[in-house]
Amino acid sequence: MTHFIRRISEYLVGLLFGVGLIVGGMTNPSKVIGFLDLFGTWDPSLAFVMGGAVIVSFIGFRLAKRRSFSLLGRVIMLDDSKPIDVRLLLGSALFGIGWGLSGFCPGPALAALGTGEWKAILFVAAMVLGSWLAGRIKPITL
Amino acid sequence: MMMDWAHFTPLWSLIGGLFVGLAATLFILFHGRIMGVSGILGGLIRPLRGDIGWRVIFLLGLVSAPIAAKILGVMPAIDIESSPVQLILAGLLVGFGTATGSGCTSGHGVCGIARLSPRSITATLTFMATGILTVWLMRHSGFGG
Repeated sequence: MTHFIRRISEYLVGLLFGVGLIVGGMTNPSKVIGFLDLFGTWDPSLAFVMGGAVIVSFIGFRLAKRRSFSLLGRVIMLDDSKPIDVRLLLGSALFGIGWGLSGFCPGPALAALGTGEWKAILFVAAMVLGSWLAGRIKPITL
Repeated sequence: MMMDWAHFTPLWSLIGGLFVGLAATLFILFHGRIMGVSGILGGLIRPLRGDIGWRVIFLLGLVSAPIAAKILGVMPAIDIESSPVQLILAGLLVGFGTATGSGCTSGHGVCGIARLSPRSITATLTFMATGILTVWLMRHSGFGG
């Protein structure tokens, strides 16, 4: 029974997240590029998505930090021991280039995939390949 | 800097942001996990036994969100200006970059900043900077199309 409740809850959280991204404007690449176009005609809307999300989850993580187990009995995984290293900086820099180039980041791209839009499907396929390649290359570099 | 008032949607964007924040809160409190999409997807690309089901279900919720948005009548347009070649290159960079940098806009940008993690704040400033620079190069430098 707990397993079933967990599964339903995971689905609903994914759905809520996706609807939030859609309503907020994150799934529209031209709007995202308008947000990143700081030196052109800037549309600051997406700062409101980030701001709203951070304020609410700030409270959520405060509550979570006090607990070892989640409300559905799972270990709470909050690992802050990893260092700031070349991998973090290089990976984030490359991600930003791809984000600026397309206006898509992973969450909104997957939500857009659900519309059946072929360009979103193409982007997600390339993204999965890119992530897979990173896993292959990881052991030998950096 | 000029402001694009025609496309400015502070109220809807704030509402969307509150939903995203609520989802991240519910995910950590009920499931004990950070709601980072690149990491959740990455765990399916590099799967470990017994660590697959929750990822699939969460992502199914995310992918089915447009259906819910259409029913609720809040589905905005999706304008993808990029060419197919640009999308493939961008997808490869986003996939490779987020896997190497252990996170994206949701994991580092929302959950990481909310936890005041120095690592995630650094990552977010980095991808915001290269994103802004890329758009500048494409639109205003004379290099882009």
